[in-house]
Amino acid sequence: MDCQLDIFFLEAILNGLLLAGLLALLALGLNLIFGVIDVVWICYAELMMVGMYGIHFAYKGGAPFLLAALIGIVLIAVAGVIMHQLVIRPVLDSAPINQLLVTGGVLFFLQAAATMVFGIDFKNLGIRLGSLNAFDMSFSYARIVTFGVALAAMLLLWLFLSRTYIGIAIRAIAQDRQIMPLMGVDQRKVYLVTSAIGGGLAGLAAALMVLQYDIYPQIGLQFGPLIFMICVLGGLGNMIGGFIAAFIIAQFIAVGSSCFATEWGYAIAFLFFMVVIFIRPQGLFGGKS
Amino acid sequence: MLELSNIDAGYGAFQALFGVSMTVKAGEAVAVIGANGAGKTTLLRVISALLPATAGAMSMEGVSLRTTPPHKIVSTGIAHVPEGRRLFPRLSVESNLKMGAFIPAARAKFEERLAFVYELFPRLKERRGQLAGTLSGGEQQMCAIGRALMSGPKLVLLDEPSMGLAPVIVAQVFDLVRRIRSEGYTVLIVEQNVRQVLKFADRAYLLEVGRLKMSGNADELLASDEIRKAYMGI
Repeated sequence: MDCQLDIFFLEAILNGLLLAGLLALLALGLNLIFGVIDVVWICYAELMMVGMYGIHFAYKGGAPFLLAALIGIVLIAVAGVIMHQLVIRPVLDSAPINQLLVTGGVLFFLQAAATMVFGIDFKNLGIRLGSLNAFDMSFSYARIVTFGVALAAMLLLWLFLSRTYIGIAIRAIAQDRQIMPLMGVDQRKVYLVTSAIGGGLAGLAAALMVLQYDIYPQIGLQFGPLIFMICVLGGLGNMIGGFIAAFIIAQFIAVGSSCFATEWGYAIAFLFFMVVIFIRPQGLFGGKS
Repeated sequence: MLELSNIDAGYGAFQALFGVSMTVKAGEAVAVIGANGAGKTTLLRVISALLPATAGAMSMEGVSLRTTPPHKIVSTGIAHVPEGRRLFPRLSVESNLKMGAFIPAARAKFEERLAFVYELFPRLKERRGQLAGTLSGGEQQMCAIGRALMSGPKLVLLDEPSMGLAPVIVAQVFDLVRRIRSEGYTVLIVEQNVRQVLKFADRAYLLEVGRLKMSGNADELLASDEIRKAYMGI
């Protein structure tokens, strides 16, 4: 454990930045759904896991990577809609704890189903993008691409939410649910569109993840708690807060891992999270925005 | 234009409206007055289908409102400016106006109507990029009325437009209401500010604990001893 302000420290910070893009993308999807529908999809990372398997099999089945990625995005967008219709709609007016338990049930169901169907072995697409080496530092291209695509996707989503009628309705519904019918907005339709976008974002994250991670049924556990923590830290439902929180947490993980060990990076990140929740239960940046 | 006959409505076991019948003709300004809790807001919520009527019939230009789902009411030509304005506080003024034009028929005329609303309320044009939650009370009422006009309504429902505003602003808000009236909109307005609203309206209905007690020309009601005593403190 040596933690000096040297080139490795800088490398850690930059790698943290790259990781933050992916985390921010996942947090955005979860925040979007919570902000609009007021239900936390605690199984969000498991949807992403299913997407990774989908992309894996599409790619191994002969589809070029970009097509496989597209299949994964559409697959999980559809899964999001099904999830809403089958699981969320019946509990829309239930107590938050029941909603959490139901989506928690989906989490374990998907994990168990994936274990049975796909087995417990690690799968890999086998795509190697190599890495960029500069000034004694090394950055994998997979991470750089992930960062760039995640940022571009977030920018597109922001344009969609600020320019289109349905996008503005998505933001409006998070601010005042009851009067939406007075605008001629059918809430159910907005919920479905939101679920599809939220699912699509998990699918996109899956497409980026398969470039750098092995696929296994429990991979959701590696990311699910992290994403949820980021959302709460930024203020649940607050999309900009979640974006910033992703960058903070990624730095804890990357720098902590570099100075100590990988596990310590996560431990420090979660410790920081708990301290913040004691001091500011509403998150660093408050609730929905 | 708007016809209600024998409308009942309530919240769970609590009945708030009892057999309310009323009409609003094209071009009229009709007021519903009454004390707090008389059912005025409930009446407008029932017309907009935010609260289902439990009995009776309602129609807008021949279209039955009781069988129309809530989000389709706007398309019948009714726009509702809700109590407390209910702007989307963290959306810009222009995004709020855009939400008013959400229905497909209104989207096609968005630019035209936006120009009209900005001409009617130039202050909104100055503040178009500002978050609606940061507007003053009077400006918020402009924005709420402007949002309603964006759908291209024939009938505008106004719920307590003067609520929570300083007396000086109340006078301004009634000016706004007069302005939209003079643009040819039919208006159904609910108010506790009885004196002001009776000076503005053509006709009025008096609602007492969910039942219509009186109706007539606004100046008749304004002159009535009962109303002067009970609602204007004279």
